[in-house]
Amino acid sequence: MCRVKKEYSLKTVEDRLGILESLDRREFLNFCAKITATLGLASAFIPKVAKAIEQGARKPSVIWLHFAECTADSEAFIRSTYPSTEELLLNILSVDYHETLMAASGEAAEGALKSAMAENKGKYLAVCEGAIPMATPPGPAGVPGGYLTLAGKTGIELAREVLKDAAAVICVGTCSSFGGVQAQRPNPTGAVGVEEATGIATLKIPGCPHNVINSVATIVNYLLLGSLPATDKHGRPLFAFGKRVHDQCQRRAHFDAGQFVEKFGDEAAKQGWCLYKVGCKGPQTYHNCPLVEYNDGCSWPVKGGHPCAGCSEPQFWDNMQPFYERLPDIHLPGVEASADKVGFTLVGGAAVGVAAHAAYTFANRKKFDGTLKDE
Amino acid sequence: MSERHVIDPITRIEGHLRVEIEVENGHVKDAWSSGTLWRGFEVFLKGRDPRDAWFITQRVCGVCTEVHALASVKCVEDAIGIKIPDNARLIRNLIHGAQYLHDHIVHFYHLHALDWVDVVSALKADPKKTSELANSVNPNAPKSGPGDFKVTQDKLKKFVNAGQLGPLTNGYWGHPAYKLPPEANLMAVSHYLDALALQSRVARLHAIFGAKNPHIQTYLVGGVTCVNDLNADRIGEFIGILEETKSFVDNVYIPDILAVAPFYLEWAGIGGGLKNYLSYGMFPQKGGEEPGNLWFPRGYIKNRDLTQVYPVDVSKIEEEVTHSWYKYAKDAPLHPSVGETDPWYTGI
Ligand code: SF4
Repeated sequence: MCRVKKEYSLKTVEDRLGILESLDRREFLNFCAKITATLGLASAFIPKVAKAIEQGARKPSVIWLHFAECTADSEAFIRSTYPSTEELLLNILSVDYHETLMAASGEAAEGALKSAMAENKGKYLAVCEGAIPMATPPGPAGVPGGYLTLAGKTGIELAREVLKDAAAVICVGTCSSFGGVQAQRPNPTGAVGVEEATGIATLKIPGCPHNVINSVATIVNYLLLGSLPATDKHGRPLFAFGKRVHDQCQRRAHFDAGQFVEKFGDEAAKQGWCLYKVGCKGPQTYHNCPLVEYNDGCSWPVKGGHPCAGCSEPQFWDNMQPFYERLPDIHLPGVEASADKVGFTLVGGAAVGVAAHAAYTFANRKKFDGTLKDE
Repeated sequence: MSERHVIDPITRIEGHLRVEIEVENGHVKDAWSSGTLWRGFEVFLKGRDPRDAWFITQRVCGVCTEVHALASVKCVEDAIGIKIPDNARLIRNLIHGAQYLHDHIVHFYHLHALDWVDVVSALKADPKKTSELANSVNPNAPKSGPGDFKVTQDKLKKFVNAGQLGPLTNGYWGHPAYKLPPEANLMAVSHYLDALALQSRVARLHAIFGAKNPHIQTYLVGGVTCVNDLNADRIGEFIGILEETKSFVDNVYIPDILAVAPFYLEWAGIGGGLKNYLSYGMFPQKGGEEPGNLWFPRGYIKNRDLTQVYPVDVSKIEEEVTHSWYKYAKDAPLHPSVGETDPWYTGI
């Protein structure tokens, strides 16, 4: 699970690793193995990491870039409780550039970026939030990537400049990972994920927004081993994205028993039955929401009675829509149904207009997502 | 002699903003601001299932999460004439109210404070005098003994002495525009850190009935989905965090505003804009139909006079593109319902 990926190895941290090696290695590996299952272990362990780092080694420099995004991943990040956000910002990381948090603006902010890059060349962690628009806006001043400019540079120019000297690039959220909300059809700005835009390999922690537990666990892994965790074929860490939502869901027994919510607000909804027929995308989504939940283990969408929308999957905005229609081609225990037979129980009047659209989506979904199974 | 300055990026906001100013004799004479990101929500919303719209519009902003979701479900409900169940109305009011709390706290401390708090000056403060200040502002101030402020100051010293200033790098520390005495700065830094921990808790108010924060996921055209969360445990926890938050607002946040305001009185006259404001109203009350039944009224305010709320004729609302990077087919303003979205980039 904690396989060292060579391309991400942190070249110049022998000093820090020396200190970290004095930690109980087995305890860490144990933590790593169970990280998807429980936060309790993480909370007991992380203060030790912080302490080790405080004992003299330089905190790793973090350069956090914002592209086409809504800042929910920054907001998600500051919801951390173990370790606290304060500990992350003061003792564990040196967040040298982060437009939502930093004191400086304008030239002073640009200066902070330049010096962080120069002083930590090859050693800084680049965290990316948001997609990169690649299209050329119409109009006399349109240049490729011109839908986003920062300090006079386009988003793609800034990304290339900053990412090339990073020790590792971590994408937080579905936008930087795969393009996200703005990349949905017809993708007017030509938005793509950071890896696709720059050709630089990134580790991806998708989610809309991502779960801070997963970014913090990734950072802990990096601080201790000098490497990023092992990933799946999309570049998502296996500890968080190795299992389907459906296989970890508290409502799974109801799916297996053929007990479904047929309509929001029905008796089955009150009983907490399976949401598959009202649109749950848990069966084709890989994410650890049911285990770690959000906001310090408070809840997650299915617990809140709402279908999983598949927000950690590439192009979920296109592939998983309409969000309130069930997935096609999945065998339902004890139920005879196919996607097109599912009625519009809620928005009766709007049904006709969206039906043709839905058909288009179902037909095209496989094209976008090779992981879809026919059963 | 006037000179031009560009400030890009403007930080501690959501989004990408550039401001250009013209300065004459030390005063800003004129200013131009530009949003430098376009994503095209109006374009990709077209053709989508209307039930999905709220899910998309919520992604307009992750700092003021939820609000664009609520606006969207209400629009669709209005369009097809759905009246939501009363419990759904209550849950939405609670979630939306929690957003007010969270947004104000984060805006004041984490987004705005570094414009008027000189963090480095806090190192010079006397913790004992800071404690006296805190208690003179509010006798019920929590965590306000000299030892409490010493803890903050020690943390700050350690951080600064380590030589890696992180988010404080290149701040405007020591600039004469910072007006607070060291003790007020130390008090504010303490509360910045307290609020950083608290805002995680306030966000949990969203997770209780909204499944997660940022970007809740229990709204639905027609109501809410969180029927299983309407139990004593969840309601009890909600009330507990609400009281904790209220206590912070009453005993820390508002006293901080009152303590800081006298040092920045000249700011009080800035930022009023045209002094006319528009509100669509919020927090529908039991029974009766909107708009007559809103706790936060709907209408417009003329010339800053909050005593009078005038009715709005929405048919008179117009959008213009003269100062935007859009073009219209005809050179005339349009009502939003027939608005056009054609980007046309003419440069800065
Ligand atoms: S379909 Fe959704 S609600 Fe049902 S068991 Fe799977 S993940 Fe859970």
